[in-house]
Amino acid sequence: MSLASSPINRTARTASTRLIQRILHLDMFLLTLLALLTGIGVVVLYSAFGGQIEPVKDHLARVAFGVVIMVVFAQIPPARLAPWAPVLFGTILAFLIAVLVMGQFGGGARRWLDFGIIQFQPSEVMKLALPLMMAWFLARTPIPPTFRITAIGLLLIAIPVGLIGLQPDLGTALVVGAAGASVLFLAGLRWRYLLLLFGLIASAAPVMWIFGMQAYQRARVLTFLDPNRDPLGAGYNIIQSQIAIGSGGLYGKGWLNGTQAHLDFIPERHTDFVFSVFAEEFGFLGVIAVLTLYLAIICRGLWIAHQAQDHFARLLAGGITMTFLVYSFVNIGMVSGVLPVVGLPLPLISYGGSSIVTLMAGFGILMSIHSHRRMWST
Amino acid sequence: MKLDFLRNFAEERRWIQGRIILVVCLAFVIAAVLVGRMATLQLFEYDRYAARSQDNRIRLAPIDPPRGNITDRRGKVLAENRPAFNLIIVPEQVSDINSLLRQLSAIVELTPKDLARFQQARTSSRSFQEIALKFDLTDIEVARLANDRHRFPGVEVQPRLTRHYPFGGSASHVIGYVSRINEQELRDSDRTRYRNASIVGKTGIEKAYEDRLQGYLGIAQIETNATGRPLQVLHQDHPQSGEDIQLTLDMELQQAAEAALGNWRGAVVALEPQTGAILALVSQPVFNPNQMVAGLDQDTFQALANAPGQPLFNRAISGRYPPGSVTKPFLGLAGLATENFGIHETLNCTGVYNLPNVSRTWRDWRPGGHGRIGFTQSVAQSCDIYFYELAHRMGIDLMHEWMTQFGFGQATGIDLPSERPGVMPSTEWKQNRLGEAWFPGETLNVGIGQGFMLSTPLQLASTTAMMANRGRPIRPHLLLSDNSEPPAPELESLTLKDERLWQLAIDSMVETVHGRLGTARAVGADLPYKIAGKTGTAQVIGLGPDEEYDEEAIEERFRDHAVFIAFAPADNPQIAVAVLVENGGSGSATAAPIGASVINTWLTDLEGWDELSLQSD
Repeated sequence: MSLASSPINRTARTASTRLIQRILHLDMFLLTLLALLTGIGVVVLYSAFGGQIEPVKDHLARVAFGVVIMVVFAQIPPARLAPWAPVLFGTILAFLIAVLVMGQFGGGARRWLDFGIIQFQPSEVMKLALPLMMAWFLARTPIPPTFRITAIGLLLIAIPVGLIGLQPDLGTALVVGAAGASVLFLAGLRWRYLLLLFGLIASAAPVMWIFGMQAYQRARVLTFLDPNRDPLGAGYNIIQSQIAIGSGGLYGKGWLNGTQAHLDFIPERHTDFVFSVFAEEFGFLGVIAVLTLYLAIICRGLWIAHQAQDHFARLLAGGITMTFLVYSFVNIGMVSGVLPVVGLPLPLISYGGSSIVTLMAGFGILMSIHSHRRMWST
Repeated sequence: MKLDFLRNFAEERRWIQGRIILVVCLAFVIAAVLVGRMATLQLFEYDRYAARSQDNRIRLAPIDPPRGNITDRRGKVLAENRPAFNLIIVPEQVSDINSLLRQLSAIVELTPKDLARFQQARTSSRSFQEIALKFDLTDIEVARLANDRHRFPGVEVQPRLTRHYPFGGSASHVIGYVSRINEQELRDSDRTRYRNASIVGKTGIEKAYEDRLQGYLGIAQIETNATGRPLQVLHQDHPQSGEDIQLTLDMELQQAAEAALGNWRGAVVALEPQTGAILALVSQPVFNPNQMVAGLDQDTFQALANAPGQPLFNRAISGRYPPGSVTKPFLGLAGLATENFGIHETLNCTGVYNLPNVSRTWRDWRPGGHGRIGFTQSVAQSCDIYFYELAHRMGIDLMHEWMTQFGFGQATGIDLPSERPGVMPSTEWKQNRLGEAWFPGETLNVGIGQGFMLSTPLQLASTTAMMANRGRPIRPHLLLSDNSEPPAPELESLTLKDERLWQLAIDSMVETVHGRLGTARAVGADLPYKIAGKTGTAQVIGLGPDEEYDEEAIEERFRDHAVFIAFAPADNPQIAVAVLVENGGSGSATAAPIGASVINTWLTDLEGWDELSLQSD
């Protein structure tokens, strides 16, 4: 009989798991899923960077920083976090205005604030700040929300979404809007309001098309509807991305062997289109594995929300998870041609600093909500 | 909140939990949609995308095949592929292009044209693509660059094969030249043999035997990235070289003929009467085919095409001239064969000839005439009156029938492009061509090889060979084939009822060169062999009925063309020659010496040697 399966050892292991869960306030199940997905991300990025190790080390450093942030957030009991929600929301709103006024130019749009040593993207933090604010706000009001509360909630969503949209950063605006809206939905937004909301959006779409959208954004939508409209211009990305995914087949071309990726046919292959690189090299089986991991993280997050012990924690956990859902599935839908290209990275895999830190903070909050549960209730 | 005590927290929790379950369902639905989409791309449409990915990365680069060489009958190279060196720059490997160009101009000569073309090409190429700065570097420039190569990263001396014609302008109309394929040619071409940068024969043998000279392209499968940068060669099919071609042409004789023609505009054709193998084919002025290979710009080409003397025009096969009196042995033979004239019949040549009811008077070239004269002397002295009478008796349509059998007015079928048939008129021809009836006077003009009648120098050489062969026609050709059978002639063999008439006609031509009164007697003196020949002096402008031809008074370009046909030795013909000198004056003074010189070169200097060399091959 091996040592590992001895009753004494099992007790010791259970004890150590409990230690991590109770003392460090981390969720082992979620942590394992995150580690797997981030690990896949590192492997794919190494390939996407053409076998260069430096950017991968850079990426790992950011992941490590994200883990630290996650552990920190996991230590903050939800009740202690709640009062900070309006403060954080207000601050980030101020930053967003600052970005518009004096932001650095980056990627064709104003998104960055330069604080000397670090560059900082407030819209990225808003993905967390808005659901926090919405959860704080809606937990203090009756559930399901009344018409007046719903209207205020919509206003809270519209302001940051509008500011981010002005940068212009359609992708982030979409995710932030989805983050806020998902909290509203979880709070039990009545179906009739929901229908009304959809109606409003549908009727506003033509107006947005003409007055609210930049030419490049309109081109993206048209390209989505028909990528072959401009195969060497606006449609090029999506066509090449689909060729990459499709040519991966069942088993993929093998790690570091993706021709589409390594011969520069896939645009932005270490950020927005990293999934295409993965799908080309690891094939349909790899895709199923990654989709399963994403789905598992989402289910775990929703389980945490379900098990949460007050409205704020429930709404916040649900909101963070739904944001993650929208975030990851919109990206995958976009690179595979189901959705228009909106410029969103793939969470936990894409190369990029702000994104991974915000995500990890979110997961830290999720873990905090789960691990502070019993201690807080007794 | 002040209303908290009214709230049912348990119900609110269930409310939210219900929504959470909805979201779980939603997540599964979306995941299912994505899995479906991925299955579509990666499983159901895999073949299509795999193919497109393959197309994306592999570029097929053609590799030009070496073109076949062209040699003369002795194996002298007339057209070959020679390495030329181009100066190439890869802009992305150069830090400061302008300073590089300054440094390079100290080593190689860079014209403003070179620099302008380079800058132009730079704007339309990608930075990793090679751009030619200068073509055809001299050996000294190549050596200098090799010396200083380390100083210039991004600069390469690139060898490539280019067509070279060692003899320059000599025989340029036979060999022709190659140049970059044009759009029309590319559209009609076999894509396994030609690409957009291929060279293709434009004229001469280069064009006629394009199919043999051009090989088949090789293909390199080159892996490229999205910007088209080549990364590695995955697979290579080697090109298949073109066939070499050996010509019947003898460069020694060709150059002798060119020298004999001197600075005259005109043509010389020499061939073997037994086979039709062309020994020399000269058209002057010549052009430099090496200049054509590099590619002329539109202006230079137009200037060359329209230059005085039209150097690009192949007079030997495309030039149509009134043959003049060289038609006389043939027409005379026809007159005797059709019994329009008796073999021993004579007439009294008074120097003038009149048709009934026609006011015009036709004159002999010799004022006062030749006196009483028969067939042989009429040919030898080129009596016009005899042939006016003969033509009058035969009528144009019978003349047409007979002269056509000799090949007048018909293409010989030589293996060169753009041969023209000339004209042997008839009543039908005039009706079709001009819509007019034939006048009897026009028959007399054709009787001395003038009027509507037009021949190419090649045609004259070919008919001369037929005379030498006593009625057996040949097809003039330039390809020296391995099998001994010469190509089949366009014409039928001509059999006469009285075969002795051939000898009579040939004797009249020998009399022309060797007779006491023969028009070409000046060239016939002291020859160890006999030449059968005939001179001709063809009018360029029609003279009025009573006008006299005064050479001094007439502008050079309106002077008569000098013509001479001959074969030799008369009893065992080894060579047949036709000479045409544009505005050369009289045939006997200008053309006959050229023809005799070509014959002499062949019979005394070259032929024996030729037999030996052909055997030793």
